Amino acid sequence: MLNIKVLGAGCTNCINLEKLCKEVVEENHLEATIEKVTDFKDIMTYGILSTPGLVVNGKVVYSGKLPTKSTLTNWLMNAMASQN
Amino acid sequence: MNSFVESLSLKKENVKLTIPFLLLPVWLLLYLSLQSITDWIVFGIINLPKGSHLTSAVNFFIFEVPKVLLLLILIVFAVGIIRTYFSPERTRKMLGGKKLFVGNVSASLLGIVTPFCSCSAIPLFLGFVESGVPLGVTFSFLIAAPMINEVAVVLLFGLFGWKTALTYMMTGLIIAMISGYAIGKLRLEKYVEEWVFKIKAEHAEIEETRPVFSERINAGIDAVKEIVGKVWIYIVIGIAVGAGIHGYVPENFMAGLMGKSAWWSVPAAVLIGVPMYSNAAGIIPIVQALLEKGASLGTVLAFMMSVIGLSLPETIILKKVLKTQLILVFVSVVAVGIIIVGYIFNLIY
Repeated sequence: MLNIKVLGAGCTNCINLEKLCKEVVEENHLEATIEKVTDFKDIMTYGILSTPGLVVNGKVVYSGKLPTKSTLTNWLMNAMASQN
Repeated sequence: MNSFVESLSLKKENVKLTIPFLLLPVWLLLYLSLQSITDWIVFGIINLPKGSHLTSAVNFFIFEVPKVLLLLILIVFAVGIIRTYFSPERTRKMLGGKKLFVGNVSASLLGIVTPFCSCSAIPLFLGFVESGVPLGVTFSFLIAAPMINEVAVVLLFGLFGWKTALTYMMTGLIIAMISGYAIGKLRLEKYVEEWVFKIKAEHAEIEETRPVFSERINAGIDAVKEIVGKVWIYIVIGIAVGAGIHGYVPENFMAGLMGKSAWWSVPAAVLIGVPMYSNAAGIIPIVQALLEKGASLGTVLAFMMSVIGLSLPETIILKKVLKTQLILVFVSVVAVGIIIVGYIFNLIY
């Protein structure tokens, strides 16, 4: 079970990252929850400096740009594998 | 067997990396022969008569569009690579503990090379303040980053020459330094929302991995795809506007309204420009049209800077972390700076 958080107050890239996460999760039949964090007070507790930020199971994976679909798939698969 | 496959895919990656360097001489050749290619198209293929308005308009368009696009691709690629050396995290580290003035100078300079998007203005602001970067230094960064961007500089260089581009960069830097310094001196920390100073990053910082060379090159290629892909249409429109009014609208159409003799034109341009919002590329068609028709450079640059550097949406976002008083100070200090620069330009040119 993956816990994915997308950090971002609503910029285009943040919305796109959430969509991309949903796509990857669905296509690979991953067991995951996707959560959007939009409040700056909460976002800043992760210590990122640019949005969107991607948090998987409490760990910041990436921040600042939209990853490509294959990169994102890789990350999520790796996170899934390290869990088992 | 496996290692063979691996080395093969590694080779493929290496081949991909050499492509930008192989393209460099092609770029140079194209850039240097633009005029002859243009002449060949205009007089050889379309066969337009020499000396007519239409000919000079078409000539201008066919020459300028590829020229500006070529420059843009090269600079955006280079800046994309340079930016991999300056992540926001590293910039923050460099600015931490810097005193006013020295801090303002470095923040303004770092504003040019640090990747920045206006949607990240708030997390950046919060992250800087949280780690102890002084408020005035943070503002220097926030002013310089959107104003001096590679697209604006390339367009000014391509269309108006290196002197205009350089002066734009210098004045942008000076505005960012002085505005940030003034905000720091005024001790306005009390106008930042209280919760900002209470933030503590609870989670471990992201471990920063130094990108390898191939990742830097890829970052350059990505930047070209992203930025050139987004702004090319504005450039084509801008140059089309420039070519279209070339010789059709009276030369000093705007001179009375925005010329040097109209002293009030600089503050008026800033007043109109501040609530407007556009990216650097979107504003170029207007700049091109105004300059072509007799508006003075200082007035037009003041307009351009206030549209790009100060924007209503950005200040509304800033409202979440700053009290109204500080936002007003921020906007007025920058606006006054831009007005002064406008007058200086009108005096020199």
